Amino acid sequence: MSSSNGTPSAIELEIPARPEYVGLARLVVSSLASSRRTLADDRIDDLKLAVSEACTNAIEAHVDLDVSERVLLRWSEADDHLQVQVEDRGQGFDPRLLPTHPPVTDPERLNFERGLGIPLIRSLVDRVEFDPSDDGTSVRIVMFCGPFENDFEADGEVPPPGFNTAG
Amino acid sequence: MDLGLDVTEHGDVTVLAVRGEVDVYTAPRLREKLVELVSQGKHNITVDLEAVDFLDSTGLGVLVGGLKRLRSHEGDLSLVCTQHRILKVFEITGLTKVFTIHASVDDAVGA
Repeated sequence: MSSSNGTPSAIELEIPARPEYVGLARLVVSSLASSRRTLADDRIDDLKLAVSEACTNAIEAHVDLDVSERVLLRWSEADDHLQVQVEDRGQGFDPRLLPTHPPVTDPERLNFERGLGIPLIRSLVDRVEFDPSDDGTSVRIVMFCGPFENDFEADGEVPPPGFNTAG
Repeated sequence: MDLGLDVTEHGDVTVLAVRGEVDVYTAPRLREKLVELVSQGKHNITVDLEAVDFLDSTGLGVLVGGLKRLRSHEGDLSLVCTQHRILKVFEITGLTKVFTIHASVDDAVGA
């Protein structure tokens, strides 16, 4: 892991494109998100699941191509949101062309064991963008939240003027 | 990352208790266990998810595949789950309408 500009707001994690590393990606992302006191636990769970789904897709894209590349996660933060970008080198896909599943009441629904990951990501996070290209796919996940962690309230201190501690 | 899989028999119901995280790495082991149980003639299976910390779409896919396999044998696959964060995954995907979800193993085996 590296900090690309020396601040905790931009962090990169590179993992081998293998299934056993998805758990590590989840652990790192949930730990980083936990430092956000204004991001509720269930929202952290949502982010963790969304990132796990994105990493799973990235790893499967590599396996399909038999490419031993790595998957890159970029974590960044701003005043009102945090962002996780998952980049792979697999063959890009068009999310608009994904097959739709039959209704859950249709017995044919049981023929679809895959393809739930992207709908899950879309449901769980505030914003998601898929950027497929010939060189790979980038998935940008955004969660809106309060300002970066501060210790003013915990210490009983009054924050300076202009320092927004509202969630 | 470890995945616990414990099988117990409750009359004609086989309970498969899953423990840990179910994702792209561990889901194949869950699939293998379900296939093994079906091949042993266990056609009424309840998967207990109460000790599952994390479940993603890969795990959902394995459970959907298990249900399909059991229904082809005139059997059924039900779940035990009360954890909000796990139930949420089933609710978002609409799979609460596909699986029978019990509040406890006692409910499942007595149902």
